[in-house]
This record gives sequence, C-alpha cells and structure tokens, in this order.
Amino acid sequence: MLNKFPLWKNILILLVIAFGFIYATPNFYPPDPAIQLSGQSGAMVIDGSVLQKVEGALGEAGIDYFDGQADGESLLVRLNDINLQLRAKEVIQAEMAGEYIVALNLAPTTPDWLSSLGGQPMKLGLDLRGGVHFLLEVDLASAIAVRLESDLQEIKTVLRKEKIRYRSFELKGNQIIGQFRDVEQVQKATALIRNSYRDLLPETSPGQNPLSLVLNLSIAASSIIEDSAIKQNLTSLRNRVNELGVSEPLVSRQGKNRIVVELPGVQDTAEAKRIIGKTANLEFRFESQGKSGERFEFKTPRGQGPDAELEKKSIITGENVIDAQPSFDQNGRPQVRIRLDGGGAVQMGRATRDNVGRRLGVLFIEYKTKLEKTIDENGELVITPVPFVEQHVISLATVQSQLGKEFVITGLEQRESSELALLLRAGALAAPMYIVEERTIGPSLGADNIDLGVKSVTFGMAMVLLFMVVVYRAFGLAANVALTMNLLLLVAFMSLLGATLTLPGIAGIVLTVGMAVDANVLIFSRIREERNNGATVQGSISAGYDRAFVSILDANITTLIVALILFLIGSGPVQGFAVTLSIGILTSMFTSIVMTRGLVNLVVGGRKIEKLWI
Amino acid sequence: MADLKVYNFMGIRKYAVIFSAILLTVSAWSLYTQGLALGLDFSGGTQIEVGYEQPADVGQLREKLATAGFDNPVVVHFGSETDVLIRLQGEPDQKLAEQIVEVLKGDNQQIELRRVDYVGPQIGEELREDGGLGMLTALVVVMLYVAIRFQLKFSIAAVLALVHDVVITLGIFSLARFEFDLTVLAAILAVVGYSLNDTIVVSDRIRENFRKIRKATAIEVINESLSQTLWRTINTSVTTMLVLSALFFIGGELIHNFAIALMIGVGIGTYSSIYVAATVMLGLNVDREDLLEQVEGELVDDLP
Repeated sequence: MLNKFPLWKNILILLVIAFGFIYATPNFYPPDPAIQLSGQSGAMVIDGSVLQKVEGALGEAGIDYFDGQADGESLLVRLNDINLQLRAKEVIQAEMAGEYIVALNLAPTTPDWLSSLGGQPMKLGLDLRGGVHFLLEVDLASAIAVRLESDLQEIKTVLRKEKIRYRSFELKGNQIIGQFRDVEQVQKATALIRNSYRDLLPETSPGQNPLSLVLNLSIAASSIIEDSAIKQNLTSLRNRVNELGVSEPLVSRQGKNRIVVELPGVQDTAEAKRIIGKTANLEFRFESQGKSGERFEFKTPRGQGPDAELEKKSIITGENVIDAQPSFDQNGRPQVRIRLDGGGAVQMGRATRDNVGRRLGVLFIEYKTKLEKTIDENGELVITPVPFVEQHVISLATVQSQLGKEFVITGLEQRESSELALLLRAGALAAPMYIVEERTIGPSLGADNIDLGVKSVTFGMAMVLLFMVVVYRAFGLAANVALTMNLLLLVAFMSLLGATLTLPGIAGIVLTVGMAVDANVLIFSRIREERNNGATVQGSISAGYDRAFVSILDANITTLIVALILFLIGSGPVQGFAVTLSIGILTSMFTSIVMTRGLVNLVVGGRKIEKLWI
Repeated sequence: MADLKVYNFMGIRKYAVIFSAILLTVSAWSLYTQGLALGLDFSGGTQIEVGYEQPADVGQLREKLATAGFDNPVVVHFGSETDVLIRLQGEPDQKLAEQIVEVLKGDNQQIELRRVDYVGPQIGEELREDGGLGMLTALVVVMLYVAIRFQLKFSIAAVLALVHDVVITLGIFSLARFEFDLTVLAAILAVVGYSLNDTIVVSDRIRENFRKIRKATAIEVINESLSQTLWRTINTSVTTMLVLSALFFIGGELIHNFAIALMIGVGIGTYSSIYVAATVMLGLNVDREDLLEQVEGELVDDLP
C-alpha cells in the first residue's frame, strides 16, 4: 500500500530517537568544579588518610565541598562554588607541602545509568573552556649537531689512542671533516671509522682531496635521532605538564617536527609558558686548567661574577638527573638537591675522585628564539625566527670530596631553585624547541562564547521553525520535528564519538540547521508540483519523496566531500566546524527523509484525503 | 490544475553575463592590486584582547603603547566599546602580553586579559599555502564527482559557477577590507558546499527534463527546470540566511566575519545557480544527446 511504512522502519525510527535522547542527555548535567590530587610518581598511594587531610584543610579554610573520593591513585573533591576553586587549590597545596600535584578539574555529573551506557558530555574546545594552546617546533638540526659533536670528540680521542695522527678534525655544517698529512693515515682512520662508527659514512667522490676525510651521518641514523628527539621531548613535556597540575592536558606530535600542547582551564598562563617553553638544560663541567677552555658569563640572581672558563667536555648533563628537589642549606640559602641515575653517578664519581680541590661549574643552557627582520628583493618585510643559545654559569664551587649519587647545587634564588628542580625532574629536552603558535583564551571569554553560541543556535532555529510552518503548514510541522531531532542526534553523535565542540563548530551547527531543511524543502516543493500536475494525494507524496531523493543525495555527498577537505587542511577550531558540518549532513539525511516520511505516513498514509495541507 | 509559470530566465542571460563579468573583473582587480586583508592566522604576529570596565579610548591607548616602545601598535575596538584588540607585528616575547597589560593598567583601570594569540611567521605562510591547496583540491574533487554522476558539461558548468562564487566573495572581502582569517576560509569552503548544493539540484532537474521533454530546445528545457526549482532555491536561501543573520547579530565578534562571508557567498551562490551554471551549459551547447547513453530504461514514467 502506498505511504505505509513496514513495522521495522517505524521501530528503527523509534530506536534512533531513543538513541538520540540517551546520548544527548549527559550534556544537560552541568559539571561540578573540583580539585584533583595525584602523586608525583605512580608509586604514591592516595587513600582515605590523604583524603581526610585534604578535607580537613578545606574545612578549616571554610570552603564548602562534597563527595570527596580517593581511589588509591588520585583523589577528587567537588566544590559548590567555582569561584572558590583557586582558593581551594592553594589551601590544599599548602597543606600537602608540594608532595602531590594539585589540579583544577571539572568533574562530570553524568548519572551512573547514563555513564554505564557510555554516555558522556561533549568535550569543549579551548575557545569555549578557556586555556592555552601552544604549537612548538622542535629544532631537529640541533639534535643532529649535538650527536655529531659528541661523535667528533670521541673519534678524536680514539684516533689519539690508536696513534693515528691528524692535522685537524672539525664539524662543518652537517659534516665531520678531518685533515691529514699523509694518505696512509687517512686510510687507517677511514678503516677505523668504518668499523666502529657505522652511522658515519666516509665520502668518496673522485675529485676529492686525498688528504681529507669527509664524514656524513647516514640518513637512517639521522631519522632515528630525529625520531627519538621528538619522543624524548614529548615525554619531558608530558612530565612538565603534569607538574603544572592540569586536568586533561593534551601533548601530542603534529607533523614531522611539531608538538601541540593544550592546557584547558589554565589561568596562570605566564607560569605555563615559562615551564613549557623553557628549553633549559644543565651541564656539569670542570673549570679549565689549560688554554683549551670555553669562556662563559658567570651570572647568578644576586649579580654577576667574573667570567668563568670551563672545559669543553661535560661530565654529565641534565639527562642523568632522576630527581631534583628544592631545599635550603643550614644558612637558609636556597639550593637544589640532585640525585643521579646509575650511569651519571659512576661518571660523576670517576671524574671527581681525582679532582678534589678543583672547581666544578654548573652551566645553565637555555635555547631561545628571536625574530630577525629582513627586507627581501621585493621590498617586503620578512620575519624569520632564528634560534639561539644562551649559556651562563650559575654555580662554580670547589669539589670538597668525591661526588656520588647525591649532591647539591647552590647559588640560586628561591624561585629559580624550584624552577630548576622542576625542569631537571621533568627531564631535559633532547632538542631545543620554540613556540611557533600560541593561543590563550581567558575563562570569561570561553564562557561568553558558549553563551553566544547557544543563543545563536536558539534564535536561528526558532526562525527556521517559524518559516517552515508558515510556508509548508502541516508538512512544515513534520520538518520541524525532524529538525529538532536532527539537532538532538547531532549532539548525541558528537558526545558519543568524543568529538570536540568549538566556536566554529557551533557555527557549523547553526549552518546545519539552516541547510538541513533543504532536503524537506526539496521534497515538499516536489509534492506541491506533483499535486499541481494532477497527481493524487497519496501519489504525489510518494513521487515527491522518491524523485527528490537523488538530488538530496548528490547535493549532500558533494557537501560532505568539501567538509572532509576542510577537516584535512584545517586545524583546531576549524576542524571542529568540519566535524559538526559532516555529522550534521549525515544525521539530517536520516531525519529529513526517513523521519518526516514516517510522520507523514502515520498521519495521511492509507487514508482517503482530498486536500493536502502543504 | 494550473500549470507552472515558466519564467524566461535565459532570455536575459546576456545581462547576467555582463553583470557577472563586471563583478569578476572588479574582484580580480581588487585581489590582484591590494589582496586580502589577512588576519592574524595568515599574517602572523601577536594579538591581544583586553576587556575594560568602562568604554576605552583607543587613540589614547595607541599613543600610550607607542610611547612605551611598542612598534606600530594597531588598537581597535572589538565588538563593544569596552573591548579592545591590540595587534603587533613583531617579536613575540615571553612576557609581551604581561608587559602590555602593565602599560595599560597604568591609569588604575580594571582590565581583564581576554585572549592572546601569537602566530609565528612560518605558520602563517603554511596556512596560506594549505588554504589555497585545499580550495583547489575541493574544486577538482567536486568536478570529478559531478563529471561521473552527471556529465562533463554539467561538471564544467558547476565548477565555473563555484569559481565565480568564490572569486566574488573573496573580491568583496578584499574591496571592503574585511579581515580574512581561518574562520573565513572555512566559510568560503562552506560556500563552495552550499553553492554546489544549489547547482546540483538545478542540474538534476535539467537532466530529468531533457529526458522527459522530447520536443523542446535547450533554452526551453532550462527555463522550465529553473522555474520548477525556483521556489526551492528561494526557500532554502531564506532559511540559510535566517540562521546566518542569527550568527551575524548574536554570534559574537569572533564569528562575525564568518557570517559575513557566508551571507555574501549564499547570496552570490543563489544567483549563480540560476544564471551562471545554466548559461555556461548553454554556452557549451548542452543537448539531449549528451545524456543519451544514460537514458535507456530510465524513461518509463511510473505514474499516471
């Protein structure tokens, strides 16, 4: 019979509606402001006793809290007032004396029965939540340079040991170049390097100077170095971000040499930037005794000393540090207590055993970027970032006895000592990084954006609903039911897929609302047309849906293609737009074709009707 | 029943060609001579938005920043009298934002740092390249799809209509010096999607009518098809414009240019789906014959 849906189609529609309601619902439960506490290492147990301490501190400070829960690994206390969140964090931090990481959090209030079905609220992008977004570029060339430099020093030592004489050996760009006095020495050196340094390939071009040896790093080796440099930087960044106390941070690789860091809800952006952006490392070197030293500025917070001359070779670097804690010496001066890993301890012990009485320098190395302005041939101002290194000695102290696994560094100011400790603890960076993009959104702007977004969806939707009823009357009502369901389904899918909602994403929803009715407009126009051409009521409905279907499909597939391309080229917020647009297209196809048909069939299907209210 | 009124759209296609040619020339000229007013996303630089409690005097703030040693600061109101946007082309300093806030706080005003954006020059350049590339890919993929689903002449017509819409929308942005940022790029791609939607619906009907109406010239078939789809074209444009005006008036400053780009694009797209695509098809001598291979077996009318 014309215009009757089989039972299974009606059931399908009901199931989809139920799905939409269930998975959209979590978004209507506003999250609680909360404080989250976790240990600095996985070994720390956070149980009821810690919870009692935290709750005690909050009670004393007069901050209302509820539903404190500790699960052994972390602890969550919910607050009644979001304005007290920062106070609560400070109170807890003071109470727990820096042993724990205290983070601000927004705890979901999704009821248990919903979360057991996998229901969760939509994730909000930084532009709606407030927070910081950094895009960091890793300077891979310098990771390779560091490796070549250390190879160079080793080769020189080995050659001397093997009594192979050379005139000079140095690093030029990406090549190690050695000069020799006779060909026999060149051959010996080449053989030795071929054997022990497989990653360094001697260049053998015909027109080459027979007394020089040119070494290139193999492509395989350099890609391994680059890869591990990025990985180490990622790990260090994750550690640092954890130290900052941020809930749900994002640290991930993007492309070949970039890293994205997103810290939702961070309010003290200056601190975040200082910690994330600081690409500092430490090197421990002896004061040089001969002429072959390197000169560095001696700079402490209390002023400048005379320049210090250090040996070129470092004993250990920040990478050997496994723990670093700020503390105070007997005189109340700030210091950093450092613990080394096994290898570091052995090297430090060996180096200091025979050098008691010599002075050991701590070199503080910071990688920075400056922008250089030049005028190109077209007379346009070109700004290029130029990375540079700033190094200075922060401490130069006499070695009193052989150093081992633990020792202290002095000569710092209090803030510096805690920052240095944090950086050392979180791990050094394998290669310097610099910020190429930064976006900070204040919390009030985020809230404003949500407000504006919700308002424009509501107003836009209301106007479209009104228009459809005025133009298509009863059928307009069916389209409106479908449009409302479309919005619900869109929200349900976004929540279920864990897609992130951004401000352009909301704009995408608004646009979807406007464009989704197109399918119904097409169908209804077609039905009117069929009626005008003299088709029966039932016949025109059936033909209208059938004939409009092809147009709708073609039009939507092409829009989907465009949305997909937008997703591929876009970043962050713009991708959010592409996501809502794509999901909106798919859900709207279902609601505007299948769902309205179901409604229409239910009302007019199989009945003798002379006039269509369209 | 009353027959549909057939408008002679193609009768005035000469004027449409002239109208489009003028718009395209002016747009191309503006894009060539002065380009787009690139927003921070593409130009690179630093941008800071601060909120005041009272209306702020931007001229005074500009002077204040200049005396404090900032290079050519651009200071404008953003959305309201109490919101100020400061833009600097220059060195991103770790403390730039704080320094600016310090300077602005000078006269005991309560201010709130709402937003800081820094985009490095290399990122801006990459985005410019990716954006252009994305636009081209979109056009090529769409052309292929339409060529497969319809026919080459339809595909050329659809893509020329798209290029027409995109160039004119960009041209108006260039002429009016509206800021072109990432959201506007997204809007332009959405315009591509929308305008294509329209063109495909019209093309679909033209194809159907070519098969159904045997004794009619191409012009008659196209006029009939355009007339049949006219109300649908208008109604969909109206609903889209309604939601866009909601975004424009209440969506906030960050979405403002996005809404403008889409409104221009939807307007131009509606016009182009009626006049441009069909005119191009006529120019290519579109004919029943072009659709002949696909006609077999599809001509059966299943209705009385």
